[in-house]
Amino acid sequence: MTPDRLRAALRGVPDPQWLDAALRRVATEPKAIARLFATAARRCGRGPLPDPPGWTVDEAARALLLTALPADHAAAADSLYRHGDAAEKRAVLRALPLLPIGAACVPLLHDAIRTNDTRLIAAALGPYSRHLEQPAWRQAVLKCVFTGVPLAAVDDLHGRADGELAAMLAAFAAERHAAGRTMPADATDLLDRLGAGSHPTTAREA
Amino acid sequence: MRIFDPHIHMTSRTTDDYERMAAAGVRAVVEPAFWLGQPRTSAASFVDYFDSLIGWEPFRAGQFGVRHHATVALNPKEANDPRCHPVLDLLPRYLDKDGVVAIGEIGYDSMTRAEDAAFAGQLALAVAHDLPALVHTPHRDKARGVERTLAVVAESGIEPGRVLVDHLNEVTVKLVRDTGCWLGFSIYPETKMSPPRMVELLKTYGTERMLVNSAADWGRSDPLLTRATGEAMLLAGFTEDDVDRVLWRNPVEFYGQSGKLDLTDVDAPAPTFAGNSILRGGE
Ligand SMILES: [Zn+2]
Repeated sequence: MTPDRLRAALRGVPDPQWLDAALRRVATEPKAIARLFATAARRCGRGPLPDPPGWTVDEAARALLLTALPADHAAAADSLYRHGDAAEKRAVLRALPLLPIGAACVPLLHDAIRTNDTRLIAAALGPYSRHLEQPAWRQAVLKCVFTGVPLAAVDDLHGRADGELAAMLAAFAAERHAAGRTMPADATDLLDRLGAGSHPTTAREA
Repeated sequence: MRIFDPHIHMTSRTTDDYERMAAAGVRAVVEPAFWLGQPRTSAASFVDYFDSLIGWEPFRAGQFGVRHHATVALNPKEANDPRCHPVLDLLPRYLDKDGVVAIGEIGYDSMTRAEDAAFAGQLALAVAHDLPALVHTPHRDKARGVERTLAVVAESGIEPGRVLVDHLNEVTVKLVRDTGCWLGFSIYPETKMSPPRMVELLKTYGTERMLVNSAADWGRSDPLLTRATGEAMLLAGFTEDDVDRVLWRNPVEFYGQSGKLDLTDVDAPAPTFAGNSILRGGE
């Protein structure tokens, strides 16, 4: 994802002048981003963008505002996340991979993954999650399965999934099985792919 | 019957309540910020509370197909506690949020000087942020409290049509009816107002600018009393359209003045996961 692609996607918003002016203002007056970020959804809309798929108008507009800052992107992302409502937090998480911040905003991922808001958990597992350490990443993937977040939300799932994750998923599958409950299909597929898909036999099946 | 409960403290309620409310026709709620039942000790406690009113609680409501908006304020009771006053400086940040459709609950509890200052100051904030105001009226010394409330509202310069004066009854309704303010009635299992009494008030004063809420919280209260009031209205000869006006269109019109009320797809299937299912559509 690039700012240019988001910019192009937002050409059709109802009030493009507002967004243009907001982006120019943020570039010269960084403090203005706090209020512009909060009002962006009301001014630009909240619907899904046809392209890039999986992005909404408000997420894209807010991500662009962050990229338009001249400096101190990590501090701004942190502040907007901490002071944001759920939609603003989601937009910050989605913007992180577009910002020149290295791993500075990993604490925001930890915060989002700690919540039970599935929209935040999913947004935390985008491309920026490459900065998560492997144990935290595995726990987050397991939490997706647990809370019903589709694994398609997890960036680089197949590249990163390892034997330890397979063991955790298999143990979870066994618990579900014992309780007479099913695993989500995408989790079963992942287990199969990791070569740990042989389902435990239980008395119920015998 | 579609129901908009314009005053309910869902943070204090269980998921069983959300299920029963949704089944009864409640599709939208406004949750005003209020007292926790015991004193807060700092402004930071309000921050966590307000954050949950614009974060976790709307998510929780959404899982049951209920659209959740909020109002934020320093409540009248805690306006008397200096430890809480710094929250007034934090309010502007929250008044900008999409989910915040009014300032409230503001008003009087014991009618002290500190309450005067917080009430007037927050009415000015409502004007500055172009938001309506939800005004609580005191449970004790109510008639005098309502009179003083209306005087402060008039003095503030806020347009009366952007003010909802809440927790009214047979005595205080008369004071508010001709001011141009909206009139709120909290239907409680025992105290305040009951469905049959509410129906009598609607017969006497009509349905214009009249709002009915459950004000359900952590005390003995019932989030389905909005529905019970609608049914009592029908039994008393009111039309479906009258009920829809009181239980849906009136609260939509009042909070709609914020320009932020978002009822897109409010009766669509419950969103359980993000990106594509929590979408609220365009403006
Ligand atoms: Zn209340």
